[in-house]
Amino acid sequence: MSAVADGSQEPMFQAWDVHKSFGHVEVLKGIDMSVARGEVVCLLGPSGSGKSTFLRCINHLEKFDRGEMWVGGDRVGYRPHGDKLKELNEREVAVRRSGIGMVFQGFNLFAHRTALENVMEGPMVVRREKRSIVERRARALLDRVGLADRVDNYPSQLSGGQQQRVAIARALAMQPDLMLFDEPTSALDPELVGDVLAVMRQLADDGMTMIVVTHELGFAREVADRVYFMDGGVVVESGPPAEVLERPREARTQAFLSKVLA
Amino acid sequence: MTSAPVTETPARPAFARDARVVLSTRHPARWAMAAVVLLVVAGGITQVIGNERFQWDVVGDYLFAQPILQGVARTLMLTAAAMAIGVGLGVVIAVLRLSPNPILSSAAWTYSWFFRGTPLLVQLLFWYFLAALYPTIGFGGASWSANELISPLTAALLGLGLNEAAYMSEIVRSGILSVPPGQAEAASAVGMRRSQVMRRVVLPQAMRVIIPPTGNETIGMLKHTALVLVIGYTELMTTASNIYSRTYQTIPLLIVAALWYLAISAVLSVGQYFIERHFGRGFSHHRVSRRASRAARKGEAVA
Repeated sequence: MSAVADGSQEPMFQAWDVHKSFGHVEVLKGIDMSVARGEVVCLLGPSGSGKSTFLRCINHLEKFDRGEMWVGGDRVGYRPHGDKLKELNEREVAVRRSGIGMVFQGFNLFAHRTALENVMEGPMVVRREKRSIVERRARALLDRVGLADRVDNYPSQLSGGQQQRVAIARALAMQPDLMLFDEPTSALDPELVGDVLAVMRQLADDGMTMIVVTHELGFAREVADRVYFMDGGVVVESGPPAEVLERPREARTQAFLSKVLA
Repeated sequence: MTSAPVTETPARPAFARDARVVLSTRHPARWAMAAVVLLVVAGGITQVIGNERFQWDVVGDYLFAQPILQGVARTLMLTAAAMAIGVGLGVVIAVLRLSPNPILSSAAWTYSWFFRGTPLLVQLLFWYFLAALYPTIGFGGASWSANELISPLTAALLGLGLNEAAYMSEIVRSGILSVPPGQAEAASAVGMRRSQVMRRVVLPQAMRVIIPPTGNETIGMLKHTALVLVIGYTELMTTASNIYSRTYQTIPLLIVAALWYLAISAVLSVGQYFIERHFGRGFSHHRVSRRASRAARKGEAVA
């Protein structure tokens, strides 16, 4: 419990010198990052900059080749082995993943389950919690994302924005310490983006620690405590959104912003 | 991008008269073809019923005779058991085939190649004559005589089941591959282990793709069980054959067998429809969950 007691000091997420290659292409060239408890961090950058890959390394959906990544005092996918790291077995990885929520660009709701069942699946299968308790919590979560009247609908009967809000509720049902968002609004029709961002903003206000890969500069400006601008597998610059987005120091950031804002 | 409202109707042309009614199109050729087909069918039916060499009275005598009914029961049992072996082993082989381990996946490939590449009849005979290759079969300390172990029933189950597993593994594999990888990713992100991802998320959705060809396989298996005639397991076909070799009423007994096969495959098709509907849930825009549709019906009743 000491981790909780001094939790305000210890960062929720920490990474240093993370490297990853796909074959001969190095997509992450030594990333450092630190996210405090309750902090919201947005990762910005052109496609191919490595930001989604980095995010997927955090809950070990991707492996990395070198570096350290800690979530709440634990390494996620590895344990020390001499002076190197060795991959954990799939059972241990699964346990550590269960404390990290993830929201995907393509929603990835379980297509054969209703909205309510989607939200209940994790706690029931992974944590083996009692159905009645899980169901009450799931209904409350769906209510919180504004879908109380959609609990019995299958994903195919929901709009993209509704599906993404169910996906957020599904991730929250595991009561995670950290939420990862991988371009959560990129696959949505423009008029549906607002609903999803509103739910995320509410979540940030409630004190959830969030790492968000996004192209929504407006969201980053209003909600993020800090933004990281990535390009070519490195962090080009980071800081409060007011600094990075309004007065970028680096030429690459300026070029990206002028293109996006044009 | 220009969306100027088009409100004005086109000007009435100078040669306009009263607008005409469109006649429905007639299809005389369709009617003629239908008449020809009906004539042929009617002719065929009268031929079959009128031809006394079909011996319909003998068919009637044997259709529900005790040995035939027992044969039907054994055919059903053999179909179910062989399909159970085929599906169970087929899932295992499909999973092995998709394994990242090259030895496992090529072993699975070789299995499919071997059992699909040799005639089922040959396989059945091989299993039946296994004792010629291995007089005794042993595990650890225990050993049994192959002649005792391999009865017509065990040979039939091995032959039909192992052959079916090769086909089922391909069906299951295509079903698993049809589930988008994001589904498994989302399940792992929630913290499910690989086996849970498979059982709870991938396989239930793969079923939608797996069920229709499996229905075909089951109906195919029903008829393939007739091949066990060659190793003398007395299911429906062997029973019919035993009777007609004694009484020489070959045609009527073949009809008895055929009628039973037809009846059972009709029942299986109906069952397939309901299983398909069950596993199709979530994939059709028209159907909502049972609870939601019940609520909707109640709502209508109230309104």
